[in-house]
Amino acid sequence: MPSQLVKEYFRTENLPHIWCPGCGNGIVTRAIVKAIDNLGLNKDEICVVSGIGCSSRASGYLDFNTVHTTHGRALAFATGIKLAKPNLNVIVITGDGDASAIGGNHLIHAARRNIDITTIVFNNNTYGMTGGQYSPTTPTGDKGTTAPFGNIDTNFDLCELAKAAGATYVSRSTIFTTNMLIKQVENGIKNKGFSFIEALTTCPTYYGRKNRKGEAVDMMVYLKENAINIAAYDKLSEEQREGKFVVGEIYKSNRPEYTEEYQRIIDSFSKGV
Amino acid sequence: MSTKTQASLIVEKNWCKGCGICVAFCPKNVLEIKDGKVNIKDLESCIECGQCELRCPDFAIYLGGK
Repeated sequence: MPSQLVKEYFRTENLPHIWCPGCGNGIVTRAIVKAIDNLGLNKDEICVVSGIGCSSRASGYLDFNTVHTTHGRALAFATGIKLAKPNLNVIVITGDGDASAIGGNHLIHAARRNIDITTIVFNNNTYGMTGGQYSPTTPTGDKGTTAPFGNIDTNFDLCELAKAAGATYVSRSTIFTTNMLIKQVENGIKNKGFSFIEALTTCPTYYGRKNRKGEAVDMMVYLKENAINIAAYDKLSEEQREGKFVVGEIYKSNRPEYTEEYQRIIDSFSKGV
Repeated sequence: MSTKTQASLIVEKNWCKGCGICVAFCPKNVLEIKDGKVNIKDLESCIECGQCELRCPDFAIYLGGK
């Protein structure tokens, strides 16, 4: 029998899920659900939208209003849903490839508009579903099935990208720092504007194996040992930052939200009637 | 006398894929992998911290009794 949390928020008839043994996607999915539970939101007022990829399969397991859309377009669908029903809490579940390669354009424009959508990117540094091709977040030098001699691209810092594009809440956490992730999802949902949460997760089957990163546990230990909280990170020298990455709430700001601005235009016309 | 019951830590064996994450991050060495699935080897030592539930990717282990 599953836990109360799982029984309440998951379509348990679809479990166990299709993710590989040790894949971190389940940890992120549970963290999202836990955050929703902590906020005490009404299930019917939540809409989870996902694209295509391993992570995007999450929407099928969740017992909310859910839409499993096309590759890279989760944010485009989510924008439409939010504009039609601004009272819904719209949450986008996407992967690094889905969000920043084919969906990169939607990502920057959703951030630019500051539309009230919470986007959680499951970043496993690879395209897992299709067999481990390198993605925009595969670190330079690391291998993928399409980069057998090492990736020569510079990888995206997704949080910096979201911040520069205009997101008003930007944070990063890992599947090891799960409680931090839960808190960030809560704060992201509470933020009236575009929230971007990067959840660093693991793909032991493809990315891990291809790059000799060890088993699922080894990959989690790596995340544990190299994640530095933002307060501590700011005090490190450039040399000390080598190989480390920052976690925590990276950026917060306040500016007009898109659906509210849109409503303002509608109201300005209805007043005249 | 034992204060722990089977209800305080529950395993859904059908969902367990034997990745070993719960075993590795349990601070009290309560768990093991046996026949490819998680097994509670020392329930008495469990402090019900919930680290296993927090990080199980398959929702296969959780604290009960709440």
